[in-house]
Amino acid sequence: MVKFNIDDLNIWFGGVQALKGVSMKIMRNEILSVIGPANSGKTTFLRMLNRMNELHPNFKMSGEVELDGRKILELDVESLRKRVGTVFALPLPLPLSIFDNVAYGVKMHGLKSKTATSDIVEKSLKEAYLWDEVKDRLGASAFKLSGGQQQRLCIARTLAVEPEVILFDEPCSGLDPISTAKVEDAMLKLKVNYTIVLVTNNVKQAARVGDRTAFFLSGELIELDITDKMFTAPSDHRTEGYISGKFG
Amino acid sequence: MRNPKRNQKIAFFFLFLATLLIVVPVGMVVVIIVVKGLPAINWQFLSDIPRQGMRAGGIFPAIVGTVYLVLGAIIFALPIGLLAAIYLSEYAKENLLNRMIKLSIVNLAGVPSVVYGLFGLALFVVFFKFGASILSGSLTLGIMILPIIITTSREALESVPQSFREVSLSLGASKWQTIRHIVLPNAIPGIITGTILGIGRAAGETAPILFTVAAFYLPQLPKSIFDQAMALPYHLYVISTQVPNVDEKVRYGTALVLLSLVLFMNLTAVIIRYKFRKKKKW
Amino acid sequence: MRKFKEFIIEKLVLISGLASIFFVILIFLFLLKEGLALFKFVNPLQFLAGKSWYPISEPPQLGILPLILGSLVVTIGAAAISIPIGVACALYISEIAPGKVKETLKGGIELLAAIPSVVLGFIGMITIVPWIKHIFNLPTGLTALAGSVMLAFMAMPTIVSIAEDALYSVPRSYKEGALAMGATHWQTIWRVMLPAASSGIFAAVMLGIGRVIGETMAVMMITGNAAVIPSTILQPVRTLTATVAAEMGEAVVGSEHYFALFAIGIVLFVISFAINVTADLFLHRETKKI
Repeated sequence: MVKFNIDDLNIWFGGVQALKGVSMKIMRNEILSVIGPANSGKTTFLRMLNRMNELHPNFKMSGEVELDGRKILELDVESLRKRVGTVFALPLPLPLSIFDNVAYGVKMHGLKSKTATSDIVEKSLKEAYLWDEVKDRLGASAFKLSGGQQQRLCIARTLAVEPEVILFDEPCSGLDPISTAKVEDAMLKLKVNYTIVLVTNNVKQAARVGDRTAFFLSGELIELDITDKMFTAPSDHRTEGYISGKFG
Repeated sequence: MRNPKRNQKIAFFFLFLATLLIVVPVGMVVVIIVVKGLPAINWQFLSDIPRQGMRAGGIFPAIVGTVYLVLGAIIFALPIGLLAAIYLSEYAKENLLNRMIKLSIVNLAGVPSVVYGLFGLALFVVFFKFGASILSGSLTLGIMILPIIITTSREALESVPQSFREVSLSLGASKWQTIRHIVLPNAIPGIITGTILGIGRAAGETAPILFTVAAFYLPQLPKSIFDQAMALPYHLYVISTQVPNVDEKVRYGTALVLLSLVLFMNLTAVIIRYKFRKKKKW
Repeated sequence: MRKFKEFIIEKLVLISGLASIFFVILIFLFLLKEGLALFKFVNPLQFLAGKSWYPISEPPQLGILPLILGSLVVTIGAAAISIPIGVACALYISEIAPGKVKETLKGGIELLAAIPSVVLGFIGMITIVPWIKHIFNLPTGLTALAGSVMLAFMAMPTIVSIAEDALYSVPRSYKEGALAMGATHWQTIWRVMLPAASSGIFAAVMLGIGRVIGETMAVMMITGNAAVIPSTILQPVRTLTATVAAEMGEAVVGSEHYFALFAIGIVLFVISFAINVTADLFLHRETKKI
């Protein structure tokens, strides 16, 4: 089942072209890792999938992105973002309590009932493996949590709006190895119910969690393959150079 | 230039002297008014109407008039100013229109206060036929403090980190929901600061109310927004220059009440700003 | 429904955003509406260059040259006092004063900005005016000089705070570079910081002068209000602003006098507009450079 179908996608910011003729498919319930050096366009690619690039004043694009066969530019942007959630590079809790961080999305989508909200908050925190650590202090400020806890809170917050796809934008770049392992663990378990796109600087992380891996360089998609195959027998020498650490 | 160290000492001494030349007189102004005004302050002075041709009695109607005027000005200016700040901080793109709005704000802030008075007279008093009234005066003052409210509110809104907005939008919240639930609550202290500064300014200005509302002497309190009113700054002007042989105490007392009101507002604004900076969560 | 609400709010926000432009235009239009009527009776040149201002004589003489010169004399005096002191104070605050002192001084300057002009006028009447009368042995202390001194104080907060901002925004590397080459702190300030911040300081001075020209109450209370062409600063003068403030109360709506006061309003508006636009250009240049 194809979740995203991307066809000849070009993106510019002002005069700079960030993505060049990218075409690919993202399958349902897979983890797709996206790797590449800095400024390779991987984050731009990710932010295209729920139209976050449009916040940039000089954004321009051509080509098509389809979600379940419908052009995302024709979808209502708020419901698109509800269906395609993001976990950002740094843990970015909102200046609210732990509970309100998780409840924020569903409240914005019109959920009024208090018990239903509590149920969703509890369920999401459990899915993100944070519940046991915070269940006694849901009213505390989210800033009181450690970095790893904050990042799992952000995952819970994204899960709460019941997305179909979750975009992870280098979610472990600010975390220590133990917190990273917890986040990766959460991702692997989420795969059952969600489609996951993971942008990462960490080649090993891509190898650990990705079903398939895409390699970007200077705005172009160089290679997209089954992760095991790419890491053992890449078909492009540039991919080989990058994953073996020759550059990047 | 042969002795740079000595030149530096001399130069720094003059810079320090210049600073003293500003700070000491300011301190003196405040001290003089407090010391000479304090003996005049008592309950009767604050709660009675002026008597004996404003040479005795109190200043109650002037206090009430100023409060009405300031309230009216804020009711008018706060919604417009806040929305304008939201426009500039959240919606405006870097283009000619935005540039023109900013330039207009700078100009509104720079228009001489007496020109506001003329404008209020021509538009509200004469053209709209509101007459010299609290309504005319409040609207005039409201337009005058608009730039203060816009500028401070905009700064407050822009100081909310961009990442909060991105997070909110990424969860599928709409632009307005993001502003309403994330940006505004975190900008509130700054907006309050701006509002209070606006109040202080409106309370102290005389020229804009000269021809739009201020009554020379009015022993009873205004009953509606279409009535004239006395106002503290104008009253101080009147008893200082227009009425001979006013007891010095009455003048100083009036000046003290006005000054305290304005400085109290500014002090509150400073304290809120300070507390907020210390408590900032990000 | 949510879309509709969003749409309405967006329009409301846009309209409020445009309000500033609208009000500036509205102010100018209403000044023109009432002020231009004057030129049915008096030609513009006579108005601007006429040497006598006798608005209630028959026929009224409505030449504002003495008022323009009155404003000019007071403004030049105030500028001469406030520019050097204000810039020096800005230098002291931004470069020399240690942390705590700096905050206190800034607070003090803000305090000065907050004092209502009518209170400063009142203080001027009981301090500066008698001092000047006494020192120069004059029949009255209500003179252009008194106005200049008082207005210098009202211009100083503007000059100090904007000049301080300009100095603050000079990149640290400039200063560190000069100090690293062995220049003293003062040499660095004089040769590096001041030139680097010059356009911001110029804007500060412009805005300070703008404040002085537009100031009304204090000036009306202490300059004596004699509408004659001044020959020294120890003479009573009458400024443009004070004329409007003092006479509008007596002018009959629709009379030549009334129109003339609005025409003065036009002059004031145009001056302040020119000053603010120029200052804004300079401030803009400052931010672009860095």
